[in-house]
Amino acid sequence: MLTVKMVVTGPFNAGKTEFIQTVSEIDVVSTERKISSEAERVKETTTVAMDFGRITVDEELVLYLFGTPGQKRFDFMWEILSEGMLGFIVMVDSTAPETFREARNILEAFRTFSPTPYVVAASKQDKEGAWDLEDIRIALRLDDEDKLLPCVAVDKEAVKNVLLELLDSILKELG
Amino acid sequence: MALQGNLRDFTVTQLLNLINLANKTGSLLIQGPNAGARAIFREGKLAFAQLANENGSLPAVLHLADKITDAQLRTLEQRAAGMSDKELGLLLINAGYVSQEDILESLRSYFTDIIQQLFTWVEGRFKFQDDQDIPEGRIPVRIALEDMIMQGSRQMREFEQLQYEVPNLDMSLAFTDRPGVNLKKVNLNVEEWRVVSYINPKNSIRDIAKTTQMNDLEIRRIVYGLLQAGLVKLVRPHGAPTQLEGLQTAFPGVEREEQKGLVNRLIERIRSI
Repeated sequence: MLTVKMVVTGPFNAGKTEFIQTVSEIDVVSTERKISSEAERVKETTTVAMDFGRITVDEELVLYLFGTPGQKRFDFMWEILSEGMLGFIVMVDSTAPETFREARNILEAFRTFSPTPYVVAASKQDKEGAWDLEDIRIALRLDDEDKLLPCVAVDKEAVKNVLLELLDSILKELG
Repeated sequence: MALQGNLRDFTVTQLLNLINLANKTGSLLIQGPNAGARAIFREGKLAFAQLANENGSLPAVLHLADKITDAQLRTLEQRAAGMSDKELGLLLINAGYVSQEDILESLRSYFTDIIQQLFTWVEGRFKFQDDQDIPEGRIPVRIALEDMIMQGSRQMREFEQLQYEVPNLDMSLAFTDRPGVNLKKVNLNVEEWRVVSYINPKNSIRDIAKTTQMNDLEIRRIVYGLLQAGLVKLVRPHGAPTQLEGLQTAFPGVEREEQKGLVNRLIERIRSI
C-alpha cells in the first residue's frame, strides 16, 4: 500500500485541527493540551506535537494529513513533518492580522524545507472583520501565481476545495 | 581562570556589561560562524579591537575615516610597510598630514565599529583571558563601554526584528512586476543601489552581502526596505531543487505517469467526500 502525506500548517489558532477534522475519515489523532500561556489563551487547548487525519482512496492508496503545532516554541516539528510531503497548506486566520507576519515566515520556512507545491487558505472568511483576500495577499507578500483560497475550516466543501486546488497544482507540476 | 562560553547562552551585550561593571582587564576572543575578532580591555574600557580578516593598520584606518586620500594610502603602504603604527603616527603628525586627535578619533571610530558588528553575532564561542598584550607597535585607546552597550542593545533589537523579517539569507531576490513602478524613479541611496545591482535569482542574499562587503544586519536592513516597498520578492535560488524534484521524495520509486495517476485518484476521492 502506498501512503502519501500533506501538511497543514499556519500560526496558532488558524483552524488547522478543524480543517483536518472536517475531511478525515477517522477521528483526528490530536495532541492537544491546555494552553499554559496567558497571552495565547484565546482557546482552551492547542496542538503540541501534531494532528493526524486520514483519507483512504482504496486498498492501495492512503492520504495522511498532518497538522503542525501552531505555537512557535514547537517549530522544531516543522522540518520533521515536512519530510516527503506531497504539498502543504498554509492556513492564516483572516481576522487576525497580527499573525500574518508569522504566517509569511512559516510559508518561507516550509518552502525552504521542501520545494513542493503549496496553497494558502485564508480561514474564518465567514467571520466579522475578516480581511479581503487581496489585502491578505499583499500582507503575506504572495506572488500572483500563488493560490490564496477563501476557507471556513468547518465547511466540508471549502476544505475540499483547498485540497483539490493543491492537488491541481501538484498535477500541473507533474506535467 | 578564563571565562569562556557560547554566544547563544551569553551574548556580546552581557559580556561587555560584565567587563564594564567588573572593571576587567584582559582580551576577549570571539569566534563567530564566518569570522573571528579580538578586543582588549583595560580596567573596563576598550583599548583595542581587531577583526581576524582585517589587518586594521593605521593607514587603512585613517583612509576609512577619510583622513588620507587613496593616493596617500598607496604611498604609505609601499613606503612605510616596515614601520609600526606608533612610528608611522608620529611621522604623519610631524609631517602635518594629520593631528594626534585625527589618529585617536579614527581609531576610536574603527574599534567602536568592530564592537558594533560583534553585537550582531548570535552564534559562536567566546573566551576572555587575563592577557592584555596589544599587538606590537599598535596604538591603544580608551573608550568607555556604556554608550556602546546602549547602542548595541538597540542594534540587537533591530537585528532580532530583521532576522524575523528576513530569516533566510540563502534565498535569492527577484524584481517584482508591479505595473507603473520604475526603479530609476525610486529614491535609493548608494548602499541600496549596490544591492539592487546584484539582484538576480543566481545570487543568494548571502552572496550579495559578501560581494558588497555588508554584514548580516546591513544586508537584512536593505533587503527588508526593498521588500516592504514591494520592489523585490524572495525567490528560491537558481539551482535549488525544483518543486518537481521535491515531489519525487513524496513518490519514491514511482514513475511520472503513475504519479499523475495517483494524484488523479486522490482528486476523485476528495471530490466524493
